[in-house]
Amino acid sequence: MKLVTVAGPPSSGKTSVILRVAEGLLREGLRLGVVKFDCLASDDEKRYAKAGIPVKTGLAGGLCPDHFFVANIEAALAWGKQENLDLLISESAGLCNRCSPHLQPVRAVCVVDNLSGVHTPGKIGPMLKNADVVVITKGDIVSQAEREVFAFRVRQVNPKAAVLPLNGLTGQGSLLLQRHFTSAPALTTLDGEKLRFSMPAALCYYCLGETRIGKDCQIGNVKTMDFA
Amino acid sequence: MSAPLLLKNGLVLRREHPYLVDFFASLALPFPPAHLPLAAYLTEQVPDDAERGTLIAQLIAFADGMAALQAQETGQTVGKVTLLGGRDKSGDAEALKLELRPGDVICVVGPTGSGKSRLLADIECLAQGDTPSGRRIHIDDAPIDDATRLSGEQRLVAQLSQNMNFVMDLSVREFIAMHAESRLHSETEKMVETVFAMAVELAGEPFTLETPVTALSGGQSRALMIADVACLSASPIVLVDEIENAGVDRRKALELLVRQEKIVVMATHDPLLALRGDKRLVIRHGAVASVVVTSEDERSELVRLDVLDRRLAALREQVRRGERITSIDALLAPL
Repeated sequence: MKLVTVAGPPSSGKTSVILRVAEGLLREGLRLGVVKFDCLASDDEKRYAKAGIPVKTGLAGGLCPDHFFVANIEAALAWGKQENLDLLISESAGLCNRCSPHLQPVRAVCVVDNLSGVHTPGKIGPMLKNADVVVITKGDIVSQAEREVFAFRVRQVNPKAAVLPLNGLTGQGSLLLQRHFTSAPALTTLDGEKLRFSMPAALCYYCLGETRIGKDCQIGNVKTMDFA
Repeated sequence: MSAPLLLKNGLVLRREHPYLVDFFASLALPFPPAHLPLAAYLTEQVPDDAERGTLIAQLIAFADGMAALQAQETGQTVGKVTLLGGRDKSGDAEALKLELRPGDVICVVGPTGSGKSRLLADIECLAQGDTPSGRRIHIDDAPIDDATRLSGEQRLVAQLSQNMNFVMDLSVREFIAMHAESRLHSETEKMVETVFAMAVELAGEPFTLETPVTALSGGQSRALMIADVACLSASPIVLVDEIENAGVDRRKALELLVRQEKIVVMATHDPLLALRGDKRLVIRHGAVASVVVTSEDERSELVRLDVLDRRLAALREQVRRGERITSIDALLAPL
């Protein structure tokens, strides 16, 4: 079975991109499944189910979503195998841009949108920097110049990645992305494999549920800014 | 390439690799000082070995990429795009071998659902017999290799559409400069002046270099987009959609794109535009059914059509000024 991780800022069009690619892959006769990792709530399950794609949703709730992802991706892989899938797609929202769900032996896709502005590629971090393919959506509503500058900025941050525009509404551009999905490496287990980028070094009282503000509550791994 | 780059100091880097200014800015790192070699500077800025290793790899890959891009910019331009037929919606062969060259104006016509969008999409994704139409695109008589195609590096098509907006919070000057810099233009200031002058001419209503792009009127925005695409876009083909109501001088817009050696492809049924094209691709049932080359007769009729268009424009202007239309005799006078 193959696995592809798809990550991107909220509302960048991840689900639409996956659905457009899925249309082509299903036509090719592939058995697909999706695992959606989200924080508090997700409605995307319905969109996948409507397209006839088996889907599982995991909500991180009180946990850091990236920690939650790592703790569950192996079980997701097992689910995919049990469902006899050819390709499992994991979709997760990058919320604080600090981390990324990309794994070393797994094809990594990052979805960003033109509307987020030309400074965004510089701010996103490992989710974009460590991706194999960067998909840029919502190009149909911004000027050609902005599209070109945005793609240039993406290449600045990640010169090795393929950079592909895709219209999530019409599916224009999905053919080339499909090829990146079907050429993803096959794998049997993730045991012992590594993340492409480490998780933050953080364990403080706030991680454990503290909500009060004040010096007394700042115990553990705390970093303070220099206002001098 | 890697070793010498790390040995260069800030002064040399700024001169030989100006694009690195942007690279460091996007990482929120100050540019290396004039007399410090890059390697020493990075050791100072990023003490962590692993982190520095990643950064150096990134920097070198970026510099290599830029060098390749620069070579591409100066070295090769697309001389010819060839569109090779596939099959129609019933699977019958499409007899087509169409060559597009810089300066060509091609119109795509046909009823809704006939396959106009498919044709444009085929060009956009550099189809190699793997789209539903089975068409193939060759550039300068050669197919496009898989690696190039999948990397998304070669963008053949730039688009101009009424649905497009500016979303950046920048002045006209900053906007053009930003695009020019991303294309690695050496004379940004000059380019800003050129694009601006063209945009103002197309728009008909003046604006300034300091106007925020988001404050431009519909017509001014369109004019700036057209001038920008003509001068600064990397793509040899410009796909124009709905220029009909754009509020810009359409004739001048087309002339400008042609003068800048663009291949212009328009999906239009407006005779004023269609007759300005060199040929019309007639799409039926998912395939190009015929190619109508604009005749001499059509071109001379276009002259009369332009007169009619100007008369209609005069009426439109009257309405704009809040006047009453008392007679359309002038419109109907012999041409």
